[in-house]
Amino acid sequence: MNTSTMRELWRVCIAAARRMIGVPDYDRYVAHLRAHHPDRLVPTYAEFFAERQRARYMGGGGRCC
Amino acid sequence: MNSMAAKLGWLLLAAFGAFCLGIVALERGESISAFWLVSATVSLFFIAYRFYGRFIADKALALDASRATPAVLHDDGLDYVPTDRRVVFGHHFAAIAGAGPLVGPVLAAQMGYLPGTLWILVGVIFAGAVQDFVILFLSLRRDGRSLGEMVRTEIGPGAGVIAMIGVLMIMFIILAVLALVVVKALAASPWGTFTVAATIPIALLMGVYLRFLRPGKVLEVSLIGLVLLLLAIWAGGKVAADASWAAFFTFDGKALAWMLIAYGFCASVTPVWLLLAPRDYLSTFLKIGTVVLLAIGIVFAMPDLKMPAITRFIDGSGPVFSGSLFPFLFITIACGAVSGWHSLIASGTTPKLLANEKDARLVGYGAMLVEAFVAIMALIAACVLEPGVYFAMNAPAALIGTTVESAAQAISQWGFAITPDALAQAAKDIGETTLLSRAGGAPTLAVGMAEILQRLVAGNGMLAFWYHYAILFEALFILTTVDAGTRVARFMIQELAGLALPSLAKTESWTANLIATVLCVACWGWFLYQGVVDPLGGINTLWPLFGIANQMLAAIALTFASVCLVKMKRARYVWVALVPTAWLVVCTLTAGWQKLASDDVRIGFLAHARMFAAALDRGQVLAPAKSIGEMHQIVRNDWIDGSLAAVFSLLVVAMLVFGLRAVLAAIKSKVATAREAPYIALAGAAS
Repeated sequence: MNTSTMRELWRVCIAAARRMIGVPDYDRYVAHLRAHHPDRLVPTYAEFFAERQRARYMGGGGRCC
Repeated sequence: MNSMAAKLGWLLLAAFGAFCLGIVALERGESISAFWLVSATVSLFFIAYRFYGRFIADKALALDASRATPAVLHDDGLDYVPTDRRVVFGHHFAAIAGAGPLVGPVLAAQMGYLPGTLWILVGVIFAGAVQDFVILFLSLRRDGRSLGEMVRTEIGPGAGVIAMIGVLMIMFIILAVLALVVVKALAASPWGTFTVAATIPIALLMGVYLRFLRPGKVLEVSLIGLVLLLLAIWAGGKVAADASWAAFFTFDGKALAWMLIAYGFCASVTPVWLLLAPRDYLSTFLKIGTVVLLAIGIVFAMPDLKMPAITRFIDGSGPVFSGSLFPFLFITIACGAVSGWHSLIASGTTPKLLANEKDARLVGYGAMLVEAFVAIMALIAACVLEPGVYFAMNAPAALIGTTVESAAQAISQWGFAITPDALAQAAKDIGETTLLSRAGGAPTLAVGMAEILQRLVAGNGMLAFWYHYAILFEALFILTTVDAGTRVARFMIQELAGLALPSLAKTESWTANLIATVLCVACWGWFLYQGVVDPLGGINTLWPLFGIANQMLAAIALTFASVCLVKMKRARYVWVALVPTAWLVVCTLTAGWQKLASDDVRIGFLAHARMFAAALDRGQVLAPAKSIGEMHQIVRNDWIDGSLAAVFSLLVVAMLVFGLRAVLAAIKSKVATAREAPYIALAGAAS
């Protein structure tokens, strides 16, 4: 396994770990805001994280037994 | 040439898998290596994924790679995000994997390893993974809608209400039975109680750190949390060794039940960032890490299974749960083979993340196969134990007494030779004072895991360390489920109650929140307490109710899937969903009926109620009741449990009727009547 695939694998693992606890990709969200909603304020990562944390437990979905 | 080689490869794998399965099924020696079980499982799952999974994807559902998914269409970077399929797979697996696949197979091991193994393998390939996959697909085609909403639009409002009530009821039973598992694991165990209690300050610390010191640094804070957890396990050993500290952390089941009820209430009204979220993060990562660790342990250690392939308890006289192989094996192992709960997750966050329809096979079908592998590992861990130890841990005190001597005698009479010394030594090895009557799966699994993991990291006292690590790992994510579940059920209650009294639906009103939370905690707390005082161990009553509820939900989801296939004019493939539907309906209705009306007092709730009512008429007090008041309480509990079994059965029947009506209407129609979101090409939507 060369270094670039190792790095790619690590990136996927980190993204998956974040996704498991309900946190989407921050950079992607910022890019989305800039492209589609230039009028809105871009939240800091901390604000983004706090908002997603709150949203995760607002009912619906849930987890398994 | 390449395809020839591939075909040959699959053929060889199939032959190898069949050979391993043959060994598993036919070997009748003293013991059998876990190697055969693991190999049979892995090869079967690869074949199932490659062939049956692909058949469902290409033929039955006709996944369309050119069709834009909800994530692409509604991309907002938050809820709808087209995501790498490996990441979605991880997310989905973490959401479906819980305590269910760990506990069910451990309980089912009383019938031997073979019945459980066969049901997990066949069940997941033809029912469980199919359900998850098809529901995920249907939600993908409907803007990521939830199961309840989809049932309402495709079958009708009546069926939608049934699904909603079913979900709420299953919720209470799940919370009660999982809390019971924790109580059974912590009763009279100062080491376990200390470590689990320590997770509360650890989580609070993590919460504050994550909120104020280093906002959003989850992975960093989780590592800190992990180190603190390991320290807590170490400190727990010291606590248990010191008589005065040990007394401070030693509680009986009733006290623990009240603590859990109080905890569930407090945790679900405090801000999520403080307690729930940090512990959720820790338990999620610990869960994934431990599953991987256990897999490594099993592959490296390849322990021998000491449990016989089939025990005499398939006749229904088993000490862990009563009832014969059919139907009770099929509801005891719910998650791991097929779990209705997954249909909620497959129609929750996951469909809002898939970047392409084609990914649904990996995420829907594939993740469930991995979950079944976890169930097989749990089964292996239980069967690695000496059968005598297994039964001592899982049989209630009413059958084996409360001393190692009485237990050894009773269990040896069942044909599983064990000495009192061996039982005492087994408890001592894991740093506990007693092993007897710790039904509920978690302690048994923990001993089995400790046996396996200490072959990875061995040493003096490592068995006790691994045992408490395993207890902590299970308790941690069960407690997370308890408070997250209480919160979710609270919202559901507020939604339902809001229909009658709109002021209750306001989630920003503290009064409404508190009322709904108290109601919710009271519902599961009632079942929990009743389970704790049950002389037959509680699991005997609650686990079948949970299994029936969970399989009932699966039957509802698969009925919905069958209806949709017909409405899509793909009726020639309807058997894909219809065959597992029929099997689950037969299992849940038979089990529901037996739990209600069986003449055996160990199975039928009403027979049990009649026995106690008759004693009451004679003015007698039967154990475990100590007063006439308690006698009345037992009769009342039986009636409530019996009614619950009846209601679950009625929900299934009602759903079948609604489904059948929808199918007949769909057959009459000349065109497809499924209400999918309109087709939008991926190429056009991506811009």
